[in-house]
Amino acid sequence: MAASEPGMTGGSRAALDLRRKPRIGESIIQLLLFLSGFISIFTTLGIVWVLGQESLKFFADPKVNIGEFLTTTVWQPQIDAFGILPLINATLMVSIIAMLVAIPLGLGAAIYLSEYAAPRIRNTLKPIVELLAGVPTVVYGYFALTFVTPLLRSIFGSDTVSIYNDLAAGLVVGVLITPLIATLSEDALSAVPSGLRQASFGLGATRWETAVQVVLPAALSGVIAAFIVGMSRAVGETMIVALAAGASPNFTFNPFEPAETMTGHIARISGGDLSYNSIDYTSIFAIGLVLFMITLVLNYVSRLVVKRFREVYE
Amino acid sequence: MRQPTPEASRSVGHLPEGDASRRNVAQRQQRGWWYERMLLATTSFAIVILLVLLYNIVNDAFGGIAEQTAIDPVELTGGRAITELTDAELVTLLEDNLRSRVRRNLEREQPLSERTRDDLLAIIDRELIKREVVGVYTLTSYMFDRDRIAADLAENFPRATLSFKSWISPAFLSTPMSSEPSNAGIRTALLGSLWVLLLTVVIAFPLGIGAAIFLEEYERDLPFDERSSLGRALNRIYNRVNALIALNIYNLAGVPSIIYGILGLAVFVRAFEPFTSGAAFSGGDGTANGRTIISAAATMALLVLPVIIISSQEAIRAVPNSLRQASYGLGATKWQTIWRIVLPNALPGILTGTILAVSRAIGETAPLIVVGASTFIVSDPSGPFSKFTVLPIQIYNWTSRPQEEFRAIAAAAIIVLLVMLLSINAVAIIVRNYLRQRRVG
Repeated sequence: MAASEPGMTGGSRAALDLRRKPRIGESIIQLLLFLSGFISIFTTLGIVWVLGQESLKFFADPKVNIGEFLTTTVWQPQIDAFGILPLINATLMVSIIAMLVAIPLGLGAAIYLSEYAAPRIRNTLKPIVELLAGVPTVVYGYFALTFVTPLLRSIFGSDTVSIYNDLAAGLVVGVLITPLIATLSEDALSAVPSGLRQASFGLGATRWETAVQVVLPAALSGVIAAFIVGMSRAVGETMIVALAAGASPNFTFNPFEPAETMTGHIARISGGDLSYNSIDYTSIFAIGLVLFMITLVLNYVSRLVVKRFREVYE
Repeated sequence: MRQPTPEASRSVGHLPEGDASRRNVAQRQQRGWWYERMLLATTSFAIVILLVLLYNIVNDAFGGIAEQTAIDPVELTGGRAITELTDAELVTLLEDNLRSRVRRNLEREQPLSERTRDDLLAIIDRELIKREVVGVYTLTSYMFDRDRIAADLAENFPRATLSFKSWISPAFLSTPMSSEPSNAGIRTALLGSLWVLLLTVVIAFPLGIGAAIFLEEYERDLPFDERSSLGRALNRIYNRVNALIALNIYNLAGVPSIIYGILGLAVFVRAFEPFTSGAAFSGGDGTANGRTIISAAATMALLVLPVIIISSQEAIRAVPNSLRQASYGLGATKWQTIWRIVLPNALPGILTGTILAVSRAIGETAPLIVVGASTFIVSDPSGPFSKFTVLPIQIYNWTSRPQEEFRAIAAAAIIVLLVMLLSINAVAIIVRNYLRQRRVG
């Protein structure tokens, strides 16, 4: 990497050479820094390569059929049944329950913090909301299993609600992503220029009317992106579902029943003694690939939403 | 612009006047007041959840315990405390009371008279007194429901005694794991967590800052000669790659953590096994087959790297450009400027970001399950190539067991984990404030 650049060659050669000197040390440093940036590319390539390669092995197995993998509803490796739908179904159930909790709570908190709260209240409440995001997920899993599930069982009866169920897991995942949605939405709401608010107040709108009919529509792209990011986080969440949602891949739409999610299944299978040649081992990569694709699509869509529907002012 | 309220839009063509207008305004303000209360309530929900969470943990980590012994120790020794007895008396006590088969087995291992005092006491505890937990009660039920518990115990376990138990104790921190919950501790898990954490920082910190410096300071610094066509082509590739890196880091931040675990399993545990098991350096004990501390730390480093890079980038971007220009103006090279001007100024932000990323790593469990944390280890980790377990894995393992006692020690371990997290965050704040003050002064 020899370095010399145009635009610096104007100096008179005889008196003083003002051209940028090639400095080997500086170039080496630039190379090293470039490489440490490149690690992130390696990580992505590594993920894609590892997931792809081991998934290929999985699908090459005579017991597996990619059509059945994507369309059948029984996942029982013992009898060679590999249909991923029960796992995807459980993941979606948990995520949707989580979103039903997190969207009203997160958006409510975001509107309050950005449109209503006086600076002093905001500075106390916001760190507390963010504190919830800092609690390790395994602690939430403990909370779901030892507090929320017994609570649900005492409300709906222990005959209806199993010890492991999607509802408890979903509710607590909702609590987990609420701060994420609140923070991201609040950023979007605060970015709306205050001129719009002033104009709305000037027309006689109340604070609530301004927030909901002026500020929220203006920030909608950011807010929706926040929802999608939250959804992606819920899909990838592992510890809460591993502890609270159960260890049986059921195809069920009943939130009171146990059902294993994709992440929960990966955690359970790899937690045991895993032989590298078994189909169990390659199956976690195939599930991982599906999970990776789902989150990738969600993240891509969220960026698309921001880009496409952003309202630009000033 | 839409009409402010549905009522207003219903009055076709003109706004309400006079009394109607006053009613309209009052109504809307009233509604606004209710909505504000509602929003405040959703925001306060976070506080409620935090409190319930803490209550739940404390309620489980402390409480009552009912223990029953096969024989009253005082009865056994004829009125003296066991610890008062001499070694010889302990041996006679055992010889008198042990069943002959048990005694023969023990004597075969090592004659009773040659055993240490602690060993003798342990045998007495195990074989004669046979202390056994018959009930575990949460703090609230121990405090407010003691009569019912006592009645219950008197009926089912007449010999049992009910006492207060704090599951978190100095012994809990300093003893290794055990299959008996009352003797189990988190020493190995705590040491494992610290090892993983330390190595994660060692790996991720330089890489993260390096990448951030690159993206902020060198991105537009073309390394090749623009005058030749080859140089221009190479520079174009360089720009492409840069854009890709920046985009890629944001994508990586959204990848679920368990995917990193799968990556770590395939790459660090399997592909790099000769290195990560320590075989290549003849460092490991050969039993861990790649499922080692170093594999875990490398996986964690990849996981926290995007967070460190993004926060460091923000810190570097916040350094005013005039400082850089002043440095260049004095003849400093690019690297001198970065090393002496930019980095010291960005350090508080970089450190805060790093510490926050690290505190995320402490609580992270899923990738380590996949990488292969062991759930039962009694010996301390001896170095980067030993098998490991970490605090969250231990909590996960204990929580997933059905017995009440394991729930209680899981809660105790959670308290330790939360205290660790809080202290790390406190350090972050202190470091940031200290560095900021120093820079100004």
